[in-house]
Amino acid sequence: MDLGPYILLATLEGAVTAAVLALTAVGLSLVFGVMRVVNIAHGEFFMLGAVIAWYVANGLSGHPATGFFAALIIAPLLVGVLAMAVDMTILKRLNYDPERTIVATIGLLYILQQGALMTYGPEARPVEAPFNTRIALPWPEWGETGLSFYYPWGLSTTSYKLAVIAAAALVLLGVWGMMTRTKLGLVMRATQADREMALAFGIPVERVYAMVFGIGAGLAALAAVLIVPIQQAHYLMGADPLLLSFIVVIIGGLGSLPGTVVAAIIIGLSDGIISVFFSPTLAKILATLLVGLVLVFRPQGLFGTRAA
Amino acid sequence: MSASRVLVLHLGLLAGLFALQFVLPAYHHGNLARIMVLAAYAVGYNILFGYTGLLSLGHALFFAAGMYGMALMIQHGGASPAPALLAGVLAGAVVSGLLALLALRTTGVAFMIVTLMFAQAGYLTILYFADWTRGDEGFVIQQAQRVLWGIDLSQPTARYFAAWALFSLVFLISLWLVRRPFGRTLIAIRENEERVRMLGYDTFAHKLGAMVISGTISAGAGAAYGLLFGYAGASFASVQYSIFPLLWVLLGGAGTVLGPFVGTLFMFYLIDLSSGITSAYMLIAGVVLVLLTLFAPQGLVGELRKRIFRGLP
Repeated sequence: MDLGPYILLATLEGAVTAAVLALTAVGLSLVFGVMRVVNIAHGEFFMLGAVIAWYVANGLSGHPATGFFAALIIAPLLVGVLAMAVDMTILKRLNYDPERTIVATIGLLYILQQGALMTYGPEARPVEAPFNTRIALPWPEWGETGLSFYYPWGLSTTSYKLAVIAAAALVLLGVWGMMTRTKLGLVMRATQADREMALAFGIPVERVYAMVFGIGAGLAALAAVLIVPIQQAHYLMGADPLLLSFIVVIIGGLGSLPGTVVAAIIIGLSDGIISVFFSPTLAKILATLLVGLVLVFRPQGLFGTRAA
Repeated sequence: MSASRVLVLHLGLLAGLFALQFVLPAYHHGNLARIMVLAAYAVGYNILFGYTGLLSLGHALFFAAGMYGMALMIQHGGASPAPALLAGVLAGAVVSGLLALLALRTTGVAFMIVTLMFAQAGYLTILYFADWTRGDEGFVIQQAQRVLWGIDLSQPTARYFAAWALFSLVFLISLWLVRRPFGRTLIAIRENEERVRMLGYDTFAHKLGAMVISGTISAGAGAAYGLLFGYAGASFASVQYSIFPLLWVLLGGAGTVLGPFVGTLFMFYLIDLSSGITSAYMLIAGVVLVLLTLFAPQGLVGELRKRIFRGLP
């Protein structure tokens, strides 16, 4: 393959990463923005989504699509409810103190991860995609007869990958609509702007917090269900999404949803292209250093304007 | 609690630990040596977290800096243990000083994430230079390379004594430090940094000092751990080893001199017992962390201080 088709392929793969990453990171960003809670266990909610998807897809017989679409609804709901329970039993009792909630969510990370190890086991297991047609992509070429197209070997994607990108875009639009157009979103934004004032105006802040924590975790679980036919479900799979979401949320500006989505697209796309040129370990070293340095020198994020 | 009683209590612990080596069965004898080295790490962590109020999620970087500073000197530099140990401690001092200059520009949650990120970068760097460090697999330091001043540190008795000496040293440093004006200022910074600044103290210099002392002690513990148990591996630089000292200190009691040891002892045996039952022993660590933040943010010794021994340092 020439470089051109190669980069197109890397971009397509990167777009899938970006789509899933955007969903996960928006969940983390929402929780941080509204509740000022850094949820270290966010990656484990992602992992739980994938694991539950496997259980659902395996429990239902019939066409693989039935199991997958059932998982698409059941997994985020279950994880969301679990997260709400965590919020009400643990985070609420800590008064959402930033440092103590970080310690508690680290504890939660181990509980969820090791709980998955005890029940689901150490194997990586796939979930079958509901549809998976291979689509070969054409590449333009100047030949003797003028512009023509040919199909380079290996330049292809699947219908499922395109569907993941579309689904993620739809959900993100939905989140944006919820935040800007509905009463729930209004209440959330009010709580984010000024918790005390929101309380004074009779907004049930505690219920809003539980809701936000549930939605945040649910988004991570949804992202995991979408990716699980491409990757596999494994009890340690939460670490990478957590790190990447952190990078995205911090670079995009803490708590800013549009910044998060833009950063997710940039990071996701560049992840695919960078890993063509660098070793993945070196890429990760650079990424973690970048996050640290951005927090030190530009705490409002690379794209953010207001103070975090 | 009067100064002499405080001294008797703390020296009593050291004397007790010294005497225990003659009565303990071999298995617990080995465990306790390990616990004392890890408790030295916790003592270092406690100076920054417990006394200065800065919650670091990146101390594994310092622990590993000490361990690899020592181990690489022996493995590739052909050094004998004494200069290798020194190299480890120095590596820790330099790394913690550099990280402090960057990370102390932030506070609160940002400080936690910055330390976490740099420690993660350090861990990945160890993996990246696998030709030298052997990555995750790590490397063994041979018995012949572990003879310090004619004492073979791979022998259980010598190892126990070395661990005890290290722990006693950092324990006494910590006890001395927190009763000095420097230590008192650190506690004041923890309680109200703005006020301390208003009173004319250079809070940045104090925090920098605390972080370097804390990092250097952690590096010393890391170097000793590698030397005493003859192994250096990347897992000691992973996030888990940043979480452990936090867990030990929280359990024992942050901001108490005795706390780090008590916490390390309890947690070590809790995990030791539970790993006999299940391979998912980190579950216990998670549950303890959550329960501690919920019900006993003061830790064991902290609760004791609140109820019985007022004025315990």
